[in-house]
Amino acid sequence: MSAERPLSPHLQIYRPQLTSVLSILHRITGIALAVGTLLLAWWLVALASGEGAFNAAQGFVGSWLGKLLLLGWTFAVFFHLANGIRHLFWDAGYGFEIKTTYASGWTVVAASALLTVLAWGLGLSMIVG
Amino acid sequence: MARAPLRSPLGRAIGLGSAKEGVEHWWMQRLTAVALVPLAVWLVAALIGHLGLGYSGARKWLQAPGAAIPMALLVVATFVHMALGLQVVIEDYVHRESTKVVSLVLLRLACWAVGGAALFAVLRVGFGG
Repeated sequence: MSAERPLSPHLQIYRPQLTSVLSILHRITGIALAVGTLLLAWWLVALASGEGAFNAAQGFVGSWLGKLLLLGWTFAVFFHLANGIRHLFWDAGYGFEIKTTYASGWTVVAASALLTVLAWGLGLSMIVG
Repeated sequence: MARAPLRSPLGRAIGLGSAKEGVEHWWMQRLTAVALVPLAVWLVAALIGHLGLGYSGARKWLQAPGAAIPMALLVVATFVHMALGLQVVIEDYVHRESTKVVSLVLLRLACWAVGGAALFAVLRVGFGG
């Protein structure tokens, strides 16, 4: 493939819209969740292996880096989930009108942000309370 | 004017047509997506509800069929969904044929290995091993 000619979409002059941003975000959150799935696998294997392994995994999850990753994965889960449902509606043949696409897109953004805040609020209150 | 048939006379005579597996990837991606809607919500809720359990508490939690069964289903659906999703990412961005094939093989093997280990871990805890 020749790199001489501009590729479409030509990213230097491409003006992003909500639809295209959410589309690439679906892929990015999918890849992020694949990495998160490795952590879930590690946690499960550690739980099956013994107390030492479990404490090591739990120590990582409880560290500031672990918590930061967990916050990112919480948002990624909710976004990929909500936008995935949006995709399933498209697969069924609904919601293709431009107005509907934007309405569902903003709903996905609002829902994933709200659910992330709600999940962490609940989680933190469980630890404190 | 009658439309020209798309199938060749030979194809019609043999009656084989396509292998009828053309939609397998698309279909499995959607099937696992639908399965993961309730399972992902369950995982987030379950993790929030059982924060700070510690080793024996977490094992006791995952030993109950109410946790072990959805966790096992989640692991299977997640790794299938993840393998199919990351496959498309590789196919979209890796254009050199040799690199692409090697990446796809490694992806599948990694998903089978890590997913298998995670599933084994869930079953081991679930069966009290």
